[in-house]
Amino acid sequence: MSLRGAACIVGAFEHPARKAPHVSTPQLHAECARAALADAGLTAADVDGYFCAGDAPGFGPMTMAEYLNLDCRHVDTTETGGSAYLVHVAHAAEAIAAGRCDVALVTMAGRPRSEPAVSAFSSAGAFTPPDQPFELPYGPAAINTYAMCAMRHMHEFGTTPEQLAWIRVAASHHAQHNPHAVFRDLVTVEDVLASPVVADPLHRLDCCMNTDGGGALVIVKPEIARSLARPTVTLRGAGEFVKHQSGGRVDLTWSGARESGRAAFAMAGVTPVDIAYASVYDSFTITVLIQLEDLGFCEKGRGGAFVADGNLIAGVGRMPVNTDGGGLCNSHPAGRGGMPKIVEAVRQLRGEAHPAVQVPGCALALVHGTGGSLGSRHGSATLILERS
Amino acid sequence: MAGRAITYELSADAVLGLETYHAARRERRLLVPRCRACGETHWYPRPFCPFCGSGELDWPEAAGEGTVYSFSIMRRAETPYAIAFVTLAEGPTMMANVVGCAPDDIAIGMKVRLDFQDSVAGEPFPVFTPA
Ligand SMILES: [Zn+2]
Repeated sequence: MSLRGAACIVGAFEHPARKAPHVSTPQLHAECARAALADAGLTAADVDGYFCAGDAPGFGPMTMAEYLNLDCRHVDTTETGGSAYLVHVAHAAEAIAAGRCDVALVTMAGRPRSEPAVSAFSSAGAFTPPDQPFELPYGPAAINTYAMCAMRHMHEFGTTPEQLAWIRVAASHHAQHNPHAVFRDLVTVEDVLASPVVADPLHRLDCCMNTDGGGALVIVKPEIARSLARPTVTLRGAGEFVKHQSGGRVDLTWSGARESGRAAFAMAGVTPVDIAYASVYDSFTITVLIQLEDLGFCEKGRGGAFVADGNLIAGVGRMPVNTDGGGLCNSHPAGRGGMPKIVEAVRQLRGEAHPAVQVPGCALALVHGTGGSLGSRHGSATLILERS
Repeated sequence: MAGRAITYELSADAVLGLETYHAARRERRLLVPRCRACGETHWYPRPFCPFCGSGELDWPEAAGEGTVYSFSIMRRAETPYAIAFVTLAEGPTMMANVVGCAPDDIAIGMKVRLDFQDSVAGEPFPVFTPA
């Protein structure tokens, strides 16, 4: 079933908190829900579908539907880590097209800075993930598994630390205009390279942060969208893919973006040159580079040259990426960056991004997320959104 | 480079169905499961073949030869350590540590040899050293 035109995003909200010591996780979800619904011109009473992932407390939709006092005839808890909320947009469109709900609410929130949660890399007990005994003894973390992707990319394609640094430079150019961003100082390629190496070849400034915060989205059927006052953002294409180690056939040079991107572009009937703005998951600089290649913005192996020299900076380069400052500089709520990625794409399509980073006449945007780890197993999701 | 202390402890659940593999590991031997039906060798070990689904597996011992596919040095750890993907002579690529050399001596394409490092609890886990 094509989802092209099946549903519209009419409400989008990114929580301004980056540290929330005095607000509980469910309350953060509730604040995001309320604000996204207000943005749409709707209320909780209008919601009949609810979507959440592993960051939601308790039993997810049961706990949260009660807490938010929602009457839901459709719920979905698809969990692909930080990309889950992109999948939720696509699944909400499917549910709307199937008549299973009319107004879908997606919420995410967390507060790892105020109260560290249990790491995905350190769980144990009777529900041991089957990969764990063959990996956890060796000290895998987010950074050193992504670093192995960068190391292999450099080996195969000659990608350089300077080229990766440009991704952080672009993020800092955008974040200087975002009053909520954690890091608002401009950085240079030299600054990135001078920051300490955390896991070769990645420097401290190649890494995102983890923040408190969250966000929410309201997705509705097109008839409802047309009755609302806000500019409408319509889903044009969607794809998802889980990439893993394929029984030991490890290839770190490509990501699931290759498959999710192909599906999204085919559904949308457009190609990368048609995309005016892209939100691309930036857990680390290498994540952006590999995803841009896999999505087809440049040839495989040429990502280093593509991201260099300010090509990702709005108003400077040809492909503005993460104009809110992304996970590198703005926010990475609960280590799940998919939500702010969607919110910034909605801002761009509505013409509501900061004037300094707004892409003029932005009509078509792409959002791409990677949940889990690029170097072991990850859930990729791609959305193509249009202003209508 | 000194090995990083392995603190990982297996749950009972993690061993079920893989008793053959773990019994050999405790004797410092690495078994790599190979399917009797389709002939494919897989990693990480399952009690069935992930390629064809057959439950008929052989568990031959690995020759112990590998090549570094990729690696990274965790510099900010208390004891810096090298994590790597090592491609075994048998075909599959596995995650492990490379130990017994300076971080700067590790490179992609480097030949490595199987070794075992005892965890804090005295459980041997497969690691690699320069060949
Ligand atoms: Zn088989």
